[in-house]
Amino acid sequence: MSELLRLNVSQVLEGIRKKEFSAVELTRCYLDRIEKTKVLNMYLEVSADRAIKMAQIADEKYKNNTARLLEGIPIGVKDMFCTESIKTTASSKILENFVPTYESTVSKKLWEEGAINLGKLSCDEFAMGSSNETAAKGNVINPWRSEEKRSPGGSSGGSAAAVASKSALCAIGTDTGGSIRQPAAFCGIVGMKPTYGRCSRWGIIAFASSLDQAGPLTRNISDSATMLKVMAGHDPKDSTSSLENVPNFNDFLDKGVKGLKIGIPKEYDRKGISEEILKSKEKVIDFFKQNGAEIVNVSLPLTKYALSVYYIVAPAEASSNLARYDGVRYGLRVDGDSLDIMYEKTRGVGFGDEVKRRIMIGTYVLSSGYYDAYYLKAQKVRRLIKNEFDEVFKKVNYILTPTTPTTSFKLGSTQDLLTMYLNDVFTVPASLAGIPGISVPVDLDKNGLPIGVQILGKPFDEGGIFQVGKVIEDSANFDLFSEGSYK
Amino acid sequence: MRDKNNIKPGQIQGQKNLWEMVIGLEIHAQISSNSKLFSGASAQFGKQANENVSLVDAAMPGMLPVINEYCIKQAIKSGHALNAKINKFSVFDRKNYFYADLPQGYQISQYKSPIVGQGSIKINDFENNEKIVGIERLHLEQDAGKSLHDQHPSKSFIDLNRTGVALMEIVSKPDLRSPEEAASYVKKIRSILRYVRSCDGNMEEGSLRADCNVSVRRLGEEFGTRCEIKNLNSTKFITQAIQYEAERQVEILEEGGKINQETRLFDTSTGQTRSMRNKEDAHDYRYFPDPDLLPLELEETLINKIKDELPELPDKLSERLINEYKITPYDAAVIVEEREFADYYEIAAQDRDGKLVANWMITELFGAIKKENLSFNDNPVPPQNLNELVFLIENNTISGKIAKEVFLQMMKTSKKPKDIVKEKGLEQVTDDSVIEGYIDSVINDNRDKVEEYLNGKDKLFGFFVGQVMKVSQGKANPNLVNQLLKSKLK
Amino acid sequence: MNNENKINSSSLAKLARLARLEINKDSEDNLIKDLNEIIGFIDQLNEVNTDNVHPLSSVTGHELPLRKDEVIDGDINEKILENAPEQISGYFVVPKVVE
Repeated sequence: MSELLRLNVSQVLEGIRKKEFSAVELTRCYLDRIEKTKVLNMYLEVSADRAIKMAQIADEKYKNNTARLLEGIPIGVKDMFCTESIKTTASSKILENFVPTYESTVSKKLWEEGAINLGKLSCDEFAMGSSNETAAKGNVINPWRSEEKRSPGGSSGGSAAAVASKSALCAIGTDTGGSIRQPAAFCGIVGMKPTYGRCSRWGIIAFASSLDQAGPLTRNISDSATMLKVMAGHDPKDSTSSLENVPNFNDFLDKGVKGLKIGIPKEYDRKGISEEILKSKEKVIDFFKQNGAEIVNVSLPLTKYALSVYYIVAPAEASSNLARYDGVRYGLRVDGDSLDIMYEKTRGVGFGDEVKRRIMIGTYVLSSGYYDAYYLKAQKVRRLIKNEFDEVFKKVNYILTPTTPTTSFKLGSTQDLLTMYLNDVFTVPASLAGIPGISVPVDLDKNGLPIGVQILGKPFDEGGIFQVGKVIEDSANFDLFSEGSYK
Repeated sequence: MRDKNNIKPGQIQGQKNLWEMVIGLEIHAQISSNSKLFSGASAQFGKQANENVSLVDAAMPGMLPVINEYCIKQAIKSGHALNAKINKFSVFDRKNYFYADLPQGYQISQYKSPIVGQGSIKINDFENNEKIVGIERLHLEQDAGKSLHDQHPSKSFIDLNRTGVALMEIVSKPDLRSPEEAASYVKKIRSILRYVRSCDGNMEEGSLRADCNVSVRRLGEEFGTRCEIKNLNSTKFITQAIQYEAERQVEILEEGGKINQETRLFDTSTGQTRSMRNKEDAHDYRYFPDPDLLPLELEETLINKIKDELPELPDKLSERLINEYKITPYDAAVIVEEREFADYYEIAAQDRDGKLVANWMITELFGAIKKENLSFNDNPVPPQNLNELVFLIENNTISGKIAKEVFLQMMKTSKKPKDIVKEKGLEQVTDDSVIEGYIDSVINDNRDKVEEYLNGKDKLFGFFVGQVMKVSQGKANPNLVNQLLKSKLK
Repeated sequence: MNNENKINSSSLAKLARLARLEINKDSEDNLIKDLNEIIGFIDQLNEVNTDNVHPLSSVTGHELPLRKDEVIDGDINEKILENAPEQISGYFVVPKVVE
């Protein structure tokens, strides 16, 4: 592996600036790496020519001393982001030939700061899944112990795997119920889901509009902070986009946790969770204590209902969001004698099983006679869950939980639907409350698979989350290049 | 059996019973805005296919709605004009259904929490009595696109220009009882919206169209099952469709049948309604709040400010015109039908006899406009000219009869009446000696009739007046003619 | 299958029709089983007391942003039609619809 692939964002920026290597050289390294990691099935589309062109421009900028915040940083993009003149499919057959004529706000912001687009990364179809097994173009393989063919998690499985396998320096993903944090945990990297409204949703293929948030997947906290600074900010084209000021997140990193109160919710110690993950959590509690934080036991009693709320709200919104894929204006069309037959065939062939299941559930919970019992009920419980977080955050500054109940499982090993859904049990509550959360790698389990923990914070306190995450990172010393990682 | 002549409009005498119509209307009024409700594409009518379409309107993946402030204000203004409650909190919902010209697969509308709540307007019923019609609500929603079914033997063509244009849906209570009342209600709504300039009311272009809910009942009984007739774009069609539909329902009910609640289409060529062939079988719109938008919360101050800025509305204006210009309620009703008429009238009637101006405007001007097939705004007679014409009548420069001649010239040439009168020498003759000359010549030519008159045949007086006027080519002042004739024929 | 199942063959057909999804006969049984399993799971919300709770549809704290009434978009026919599966004379084309 080229030494250049070992560098993180700040090291790369410094290296190019000091003329130790060029952006083009770095980009070629990554493109070569993408070739070598092809077996992991992460990239749906590699935009090699474009990447080289962007790198040439980056080198020019360095030459002219006009380098921007992410000048020359090679980035992989989850296929949920629409990218101008690059095929964007949401890993779905129904969009297999769709080439947007526009660029999503978040990806555009990255390119405008000099980042380099390596290409599009696989994910669960329409971001619906926790294992990357629902992708139309097949499974992504977790780079850790890759010979065991394990899941990278999902839905941003391609993004997490690409960063973990050094096939992208950073990646962007979307998180609706854990789709950044859970794969980050499975792949031993840092995954940040910002506050709802922090990053514009414009140009991101919608799954569940009230939950979807874009965020970075990176090798460390500092890279995450640098990326989020660029990705975040108000967008007048998204009515739910926040006007909140975007601070320089890197300023928070060295502040430590001294005097902070960290809440440990007892409801997250549920049965079925791996002993080793609980041990890692205890280890992190020790890190915090050693660094002067106060540990506070807290309670979030409605946690156990969060998944039920999620499996009403997200499918309901999805059933409506996915109605536009009808074979009329773009995407797959399967001909039929009448308009309705065309619709039914197009959508029947174009959507995979998981997407169909969720559309059906969403249609069911919104349909007349069931709306109050399911959708409205879920919205009410969602309010209670949010209130619960608000209350706890009056007592503590941050909350620590495991990110996932288990480490990565073998692809194809989870046959049971609800077991699969339980993957998101620790990540979904924060999504429902709209609060920010991060997954930070801590350990490898006895099988040599990464374990992550999650830090949750108050709305728009991503800076503080990075600050706490940095303490974990510094204490845990997790090595992305250790035994078992993809060579 | 009842005498057919006693049946009121809106009633139907069946074989067995006397039936009454119950009608409620949903009017879709396009807001006169530059851009669409949730996108920055032009809301203009009739451009090339798919030209006024943004990525948002075409529902491209990842596109999001952002609401047009102007449209919200127009809805508030219209709500005030309908004497309705403006809701400080309203919600945009998705109405989910599939159709080729509905790109999102849902229409953004307002379901449980509309921006405007209950209100009412006044209309005149068939006996010209005032009738209050309740307004249930007014809400904002997106229009759909347009499907063209006649361009190709096996295909339909889709044009999204209209997709996303802002509509106000105004829902009446089921207070209307005849096709005529329904038409009068639509006219009144149209007029009100045009007064506040929230909708241009152009029914031909589809800026204003109505869905009619029609049911029938035996007099005084509970409401029957209703049918909805979709998308009627003229008051004539509304009248025809309701009449046909009500008769159809009566026929079914009298034969012991049942009315199916359904959506029907009106065929303008046959004048009949028919069940839609493409049934939206399981009508289940699965409304839920659009998560891409937030609830709309309005400040009291904004609501009040818009109310304060409201122009004078037809009912108030009509009242004022009756008091100020001493015109009849009928004249006032005609004049306030369009804001432009009223504006015209007030200029034409300034310092003039209001009744006289109203007569001239309604009879002569409107008559001429209709005859020439002109639009009111294109009419060649500016209000100042009509004012001047009436002035010339009032001060005896011309007679009413001559004035009609002058008016014809005004229509033809747009010239001022004074100039026409001068050019054509049409001033009234008010010089005693000239008129006496006319009288002398008439007396000379009708010696025998003068004899008869002097012998007591009084009614010949009118004959002499006519003859004098004729000799003067209509220009002699009739009062003077009367006066002088009387003294000459003593 | 027990009687408590909320989805059966006919309700499945109704939902599929509403969602315009063609469901393979072969996968029907599995789908019914899956949906009932999910519905059984989400039914646990009935345990939560939500009396007097106002439903939460957006976690965003700000007000609905408003846009000025300006024409700043459109006139991009080519972009709009670029991905169309079928188009004639600038129109999207679908199988004939009979109203």
